[in-house]
Amino acid sequence: MSPIETAETAPEPASKIELPAHVGGGGEIPTFDVTLRVRRYNPEYSEESTWEDFSMTMYGTDRVLDALHKVKWEQDGSLSFRRSCAHGVCGSDAMRINGRNRLACKTLLKDLDTSKPITVEPIKGLPVEKDLIVDMEPFFQSFREVMPFLVNRGHEPAKERLQSAEQRERFDDTTKCILCAACTSSCPVFWTDGQYFGPAAIVNAHRFIFDSRDDAGDMRLEILNDKEGVWRCRTTFNCTEACPRGIQVTQAIAEVKQAILARQV
Amino acid sequence: MWSWVGHRITGVVIFVFLLVHVLDTSLVRVSPEAYTAVIGAYKNPIMGLGEAALVAAIVFHAFNGLRIIAIDFWKKGPKYQRQMLWTVLIAWVVVMVPFLIRHLTIVFSNFFGGH
Repeated sequence: MSPIETAETAPEPASKIELPAHVGGGGEIPTFDVTLRVRRYNPEYSEESTWEDFSMTMYGTDRVLDALHKVKWEQDGSLSFRRSCAHGVCGSDAMRINGRNRLACKTLLKDLDTSKPITVEPIKGLPVEKDLIVDMEPFFQSFREVMPFLVNRGHEPAKERLQSAEQRERFDDTTKCILCAACTSSCPVFWTDGQYFGPAAIVNAHRFIFDSRDDAGDMRLEILNDKEGVWRCRTTFNCTEACPRGIQVTQAIAEVKQAILARQV
Repeated sequence: MWSWVGHRITGVVIFVFLLVHVLDTSLVRVSPEAYTAVIGAYKNPIMGLGEAALVAAIVFHAFNGLRIIAIDFWKKGPKYQRQMLWTVLIAWVVVMVPFLIRHLTIVFSNFFGGH
């Protein structure tokens, strides 16, 4: 093998082989002990959910998701949770960590108080199926009801539907939603009234209502101008604080409320 | 969320007060003597503290109500909600401190001083 390797010629390092410390230039990664306090629920054994503690040594670069993986792979394979991309894009692993809704894959352990057990619970307001897995169907039902797709009654163009930068900017914030349900399951109104559309559905309606290419804004406003629509929002701002994508959710809901009022005048 | 919880609780407190208030005020139609007797029964330090709590609830509910209206109708309301909440709390303290000084002085000097 030639002494000089470039990115093109170097072989891919085989997986599961520990690289020597000098490769990559990183120093020793600090480790610390953490206790994960997970809300367990298994209807096959008990109708009651219980807390279970898992202790482990983790690295400063690890996230809550890595700790859950370590539990599942090394301590208790029956622990159930959803995750897919593990990089904050797919929205599968929203859970209630230390009492706040977050993505397990975007929450670094070192940012939490590791001197106390880290509590991990399923998101609230949706029926728990097992451990951290909830039934997302009511959530997606509301999502479908706001018609989250482009409706255009004009002739189908031969190329793209053009839009100015300002028109695109109008709904830019609400395009970022990954449907993780962190907002909807942080809403105290949704906790007590499962019929409420919830912040996520309104955010995705907002994304099309304010899209200049879309023609069904009035229909969506009509759907949300309901007892269980935008008027259920009590502006507690929990959704805005929970959103892992930083969407100004309460702002979006307020804009839909104003659009409904402006339309009726 | 806690501003919303506070708003709910103060709202219920104010509702209970108004219920009692409508009842005791309507007593004047039954007989002015009964009304005077009931109102007289309120003149003790426990009711005085209750009045202080009632005013505290009303002042918070009023200021936070203005904040909620701003969130709903002012374009930049949702953006500045946190600053507005601090404004509500500061305004609440500014109103409550002078009121409590005067109110509690009257309540307790009447009881202990016997004016």
